[in-house]
Amino acid sequence: METVKVTELAISDNGFIFDPATGYSYSANETGFMLLRMLQSGLDKAEIRQQFLTEYETTPDSLDSDLEHFILMLRALNLIGVGPEDADAV
Amino acid sequence: MPFDLSDLNICIAVTGLKTGDNPQPGVPVIRCLRKAGFRGKIIGLVYDALESGIYVDSLADEIYQIPYPSAGAEAFLNRLDTILSRSAIDVIIPTLDSEIITYIRLNKELEQRGIHTFLPDEEHYLLRDKTRLASYFPDKGIKVPRTILINDSSQIMSLDQSMSWPVFIKGRYYEAFKAYTVAEALHYYQDICNRWGMPVIAQQVVSGDEFNVVIIGDGKGGMIGMVPQRKLVITDKGKGFGGVVVKNAGLDKFAADLMRILRWRGACELEIIKGMDNAFYLIEINPRFPAWVRLAEGAGQNQPAALVMLALGRKVDPLPPYRPGTLFIRHAEDVISDIQVMGGIAALGELINRTSEHCETSFPASGDPDIGI
Repeated sequence: METVKVTELAISDNGFIFDPATGYSYSANETGFMLLRMLQSGLDKAEIRQQFLTEYETTPDSLDSDLEHFILMLRALNLIGVGPEDADAV
Repeated sequence: MPFDLSDLNICIAVTGLKTGDNPQPGVPVIRCLRKAGFRGKIIGLVYDALESGIYVDSLADEIYQIPYPSAGAEAFLNRLDTILSRSAIDVIIPTLDSEIITYIRLNKELEQRGIHTFLPDEEHYLLRDKTRLASYFPDKGIKVPRTILINDSSQIMSLDQSMSWPVFIKGRYYEAFKAYTVAEALHYYQDICNRWGMPVIAQQVVSGDEFNVVIIGDGKGGMIGMVPQRKLVITDKGKGFGGVVVKNAGLDKFAADLMRILRWRGACELEIIKGMDNAFYLIEINPRFPAWVRLAEGAGQNQPAALVMLALGRKVDPLPPYRPGTLFIRHAEDVISDIQVMGGIAALGELINRTSEHCETSFPASGDPDIGI
């Protein structure tokens, strides 16, 4: 899982995210916050996908698209994907 | 455990009480000392009557004007002796770049007067001079942006042979401007030359994230304290008016490596950029506390308090880990005073606010609560 970097993030319940390594801060909406919490707790892609499909009224295609987009954004911001074990993560 | 100076019955003098758009570190240093419970006497040493910290209530017990460093050592010592005839001083914390060398060179004279400092020796002080960084550190594994010392305006014309625009044009002690063209560089070169003299420094701009680190070096290659921050609010003069403490293993290692090489003794501030190539670059080493030093205290490391104990020769263990995420925002506020207060400084060069509850002084406080002598 992409836990090495994401577990270092300080994430408030209101969706405010602080990256202590860079000093940058971000804000996430409810679903973004939920996804980051899942990543921090060590869930893998399949588990995250299943949990979203259970909790939200969405189609698998739509979810996969949004999930992929969000993960790409997290990678671009260097908020996930540091450790070697992250290669097969979400 | 936070530093506790409540039982320390001494007198501490601090310089640099201006807190305007280019704030000096003296006021936050004093606030850190008070935050550590220090109830002894604090003396503010100022260069002019408009240093704003003079007018802040409950900051300094006594204020004395001192001559500018350019007046020389004799003028400084003469004035110091006059001040000492009023109040004994146990520790001085100089906070301005241009005066540090004076205190280093007068270490013996200060000790003879019972005044303690915690500063590097001259050799180590000079190693961090802006004119030396690029020649001393890169061989030792510390990256420094390409730097050229400019002693003649013709060198500006050929800058683009070894650097790409933009380039920082810097004074030896103060000020830095980003120049995008030869014309701009020439303008800034003349401007800095006129104010600060030569050499002027041209430094390649490195794009990336800028970090600042406040450190107390133990003089043996180690650190008593270290707190890194990233500026969140930057003024048009490039001053950080807001920042957050970060925790970055690479940055910590870079700072520790630098201190091991430099063997710095005392307070300093590192200016570092993490470039787009993920490498850390040393931009400057300032030989004193920065104006944002209260952030270190807020993050769990009261470095000014620790420095006092080190100056007194006490054993000080490394300060506790800092708290990442600690934030500071600088808040400007109008201080209301009376023209008589300014008059006291302007006419007499000194101002006695109160007699400290702990510290004995050989000079009795005036009946006037605001103006002594």
